[in-house]
Parts: sequence; C-alpha cells; structure tokens
Amino acid sequence: MDIYLPIAGQSVNALFIVLLGFLVGVLSGMFGVGGGFLTTPLLIFYGIPPTVAVASAATQITGASVSGVMVHMRRGGVDMKMGGVMIVGGLFGSIIGAGLFRLLQSSGRIDVAIGLLYVLILGWIGVLMLTDSLKALGYMKVAAPEQGRSRHNRWVASLPLRWRFYSSGIYVSPVAPLALGFLAGILTVFLGIGGGFILVPAMIYLLGMPARVVVGTSLVMILAVSAATTMVHSITTRAVDIVLAGLLLVGGVIGAQYGAVLTTRMKPDLLRLALAVIILLVALRVALGLAWRPDEIFSIEYL
Amino acid sequence: MNRRLAAILLALLAPMMIAADKPVLVPDISARQVQIRYSFTGAQLLLFGAVVYPGGRPPDRQVDIAVVLRGPVQPILVREKQKVAGIWMNADSDRFRSAPSFYAVASSRPISELLDERTAAIYELGLHNLQLSPGGGALPEKERRFEAGLLDLRSRHGLYSENPHGVEINGGVLYRAVITIPSQVPVGTYTAETFLIDRNKVIAAATRDIQINKSGFERYVALAARRNRVLYGLTCVLLSLGLGWAAAAVFRRRF
Repeated sequence: MDIYLPIAGQSVNALFIVLLGFLVGVLSGMFGVGGGFLTTPLLIFYGIPPTVAVASAATQITGASVSGVMVHMRRGGVDMKMGGVMIVGGLFGSIIGAGLFRLLQSSGRIDVAIGLLYVLILGWIGVLMLTDSLKALGYMKVAAPEQGRSRHNRWVASLPLRWRFYSSGIYVSPVAPLALGFLAGILTVFLGIGGGFILVPAMIYLLGMPARVVVGTSLVMILAVSAATTMVHSITTRAVDIVLAGLLLVGGVIGAQYGAVLTTRMKPDLLRLALAVIILLVALRVALGLAWRPDEIFSIEYL
Repeated sequence: MNRRLAAILLALLAPMMIAADKPVLVPDISARQVQIRYSFTGAQLLLFGAVVYPGGRPPDRQVDIAVVLRGPVQPILVREKQKVAGIWMNADSDRFRSAPSFYAVASSRPISELLDERTAAIYELGLHNLQLSPGGGALPEKERRFEAGLLDLRSRHGLYSENPHGVEINGGVLYRAVITIPSQVPVGTYTAETFLIDRNKVIAAATRDIQINKSGFERYVALAARRNRVLYGLTCVLLSLGLGWAAAAVFRRRF
C-alpha cells in the first residue's frame, strides 16, 4: 500500500512505515527509551531525506513517551522541579541546536555530522551498557569498588548555587541538570533521538538521583523537548512530514504498549544486554555507511 | 474528449494548412493536469498527435518525431562526496543555475541519427545537450564530472530519461509516445514539446503545457507547512500527544 508523503515529496510503503514504528515502539516500551536512535537511521536507509527523517522522528518520540509519562506520574515517579530545570536547558539546547543544524545544512556537512555523532554516542553508550549488563549477569568480573566514593560526581559537587530537589532527595546545583538538558536538546534536534539513553545513566551516575524517579523524570523531559523540537523543526527546517510522523505514531504507540507488557516478563539485566547489542549494531551499521563507498557520490540541494 | 477536440481542430485548420507549404504538428496530451494525491506513485502520460502535410499527402521518405517533456527549471547545488580521512563526506560542490527538474525525451530513432550535434544542442534534444548553466569559475573537467554525476543521479531516479525508440509513427501521420513520471517529481508547469525532424532539420515544432500539482490533502499539508509553520508544528505535537494518550487509554483497559 503506497502512500505519498507531502513534505518528503515521495511515496513510501505505508505498511512498512507502520511496522517500523511498531517495532521501534515495542523496543521503546521495553527499554524506556524514545526509540529515535532506531527510527532515524532506519528511515534514512529506506531513502527518506535525512532532514525529514530526523524531524519526523522527533514527533514520534513525543507520542511514544506520552503513555510512559502517564504511568510514572500516577506512581509519583517524576521529580517535577528537576524535570523543569532540565526542560529549560533542553529548550535552549534545541534552539541552539537548530542554529547549528542550519549552519551545517548550508555547508553540506549535516549528513556526516549526523552519522559521526551517531557512531560516537551510540558506540560509547552501547559499550558502557554492554559491560554493565555483562557484569550484572556475572559474565564479567566486577572490579573492586572504589573506596570512599561520594554520591555525586566531584565536578557536579563543585558547582555553585545549590538547590534542594525534594522528590529526588538530593542537594545539587541546578547548573548540572540544566547542562544535561541542554545537551539532550541539541541531540534531539540533531539526531532525532530523545536522549533517554544518555539522560538515564547521567542522572544516576552524575547527579546521584534515585532510580525511583529517574525514568519518569527523563521521560517528562523527553516529552517536552521532543515536542519543542518538532516546533523548532517545523519553523526552521520545515521538514516535519505529518503523514510520515502519523504513520510512525500509529505503529509506535501501539508497539510501546506491547513493549511495556513484555518488560514485566523479562529479566532487567537481559533486557539491558539486548538493548546494548541493538545499539551497537546500529552504531556499526552507521559506521559502515560512513566508511564504505556510498551508493550515491553526488547529491542535489535546491537553492 | 481530447481526441474529439483534436479532430475538430484538424477540420478547422485543414484549409489553412493546405495553403502553407510546410507541415504542421497538431499535438495533444492524455492529461493536461496531473494531480498528486495520497496514493500517487507516479503517472504515465501519453503524448500523441498528428502531422498535417501540405496537400494532405505524407512524403515518401520517413520523417522523424521527437517529443520532450520538461519540468520547471531550478537552480541547484550538486555536492560530491569524497573520502576524507577514511570517511565519505561532501567535499566539493558545483552550482547549476538552470537544471530542469524533469526531462524526458523520446524519439522515433536515436537523436544522434536524426540531427547533427549542433542542431540537437540548439533544441536541447538529448540529455547531453541540456543547457544546465554551470556556475562559472570551475575547471571544465570538474564541470563535466559534476554534469555527468547530476545526469546519472537523476536518470536513476527516473527524473531524466532518454528513449531512442519511444515514439511510434503510424502511416507517417499519427504519432504517439508514452512518458513515465515517477512519484518524486516536483510540482509546477511542465512543457511538452514536439519536433518534426526531416533530413537533419527541425521542420515543425509545437508546445503544450501540463500542470502537475499536489491536490486535496497533500496540497493542503504542503501549503500549511510552508505558510502556517507554528500552527503546523502545534498540530504535529497535538497529533502525537493525542495518539499516545489514546493508545495508553485503550490498553489500560485491556491489560
């Protein structure tokens, strides 16, 4: 069943896109990540222009995170103050990111920038998660824990102006979550990823937030920033394809529900191992795409 | 409808044509408008018509016909990827000020057999005779490389095509050619040109316009994304929030 995308300006197989959305939705429901890191590269491999893929994936992330946010809100697993600070950072990040995006777009470097960032970030996070889950499953020896390690990262603790975040029960400078949100905002604009798989570890290891509020807070942040990114993209790059996003969403929101059900039946460490492998595979595929001679040497840009 | 129109035209014009000593082309197209809708996967256009000879008698030798369908001209920037430090990235670029967004030529015999190079270049017949107006300053070698890259890329996307045996001539009078338009054609006013070629000369030419437009929902979306950017963005956000909420609501009841 072919359907014409008015912004991408080409027709695609609607069933394929819905299935892709569903698959990514299942993963996002299982792992609590937005799933943008899979949607964007897969759409690009399918032949959607990178800009449209990135912009429309951001829209899908909003939809995929809604149900997660609702669940965590009900359980009280959201630190609204922390989330608010991060959202402010995220909004600035997405605006600055959009400026950078335009700059790279006009110099023709955006494809390479997207590819390189993907390889670096996914590769790094994937390796971290892989070793972590292998340790947890007992396949790897755990190094002797450092003595006297403080709850907060030393850099974070040295920042001035500390605030109390009661729901998280921590006392840190708002500059740290602000910077974290800023980074996530830039990534969302650039890569069409929510940044969940960066936010969650950073909130645990850098800010020392309790696991109880981490996922919910990061989901709220992702929801707000991906919504803002959709706005930023539709105002600056005009690359959001509502038909493409709608197709992805239909599959994605249903998949997310099934994914959430699946999670309860699997061991969390196995789940993390699986996610690490998927992330590394995507990173590898993107890396190969950068290093191998591309199918198209020439590309056309309209002036 | 179109055919009847052509017949009436023929009847009306016939006396004038007999007086003239040159043949006249009466071209038509199967569709004056192509609408891009949700299910648009490309279209096939039939370009057909008749040649009216003075005296109503076709000549004994074979005359040839070439038809060209041409999309609106766009200024474009072509980028070339090169391997830099092990990574393929855009390294070089060249500007073309007047590249047609779509170009298809069909002829009854290969163009090179019909016309000499200079004449073919004047009428821009054949892919290699397109006047792309490359941006000045570049070396001719580089310009050739980029031109070849552009032609190759668009040929493989179906935007540029050349069919040396695409025109069928019946009884030396009626001709027809089928041209395929892929789904990713840009919108705008297209021109269909027909050339009657005899002994290395274009002896008659005629032009018809075709409108290719997005219609209905597709047109509305494309316009909204361009004109009401904020509203469009808000709609996208609300759509995703609504769908996400709906799925959560439906599934909460089931599980």
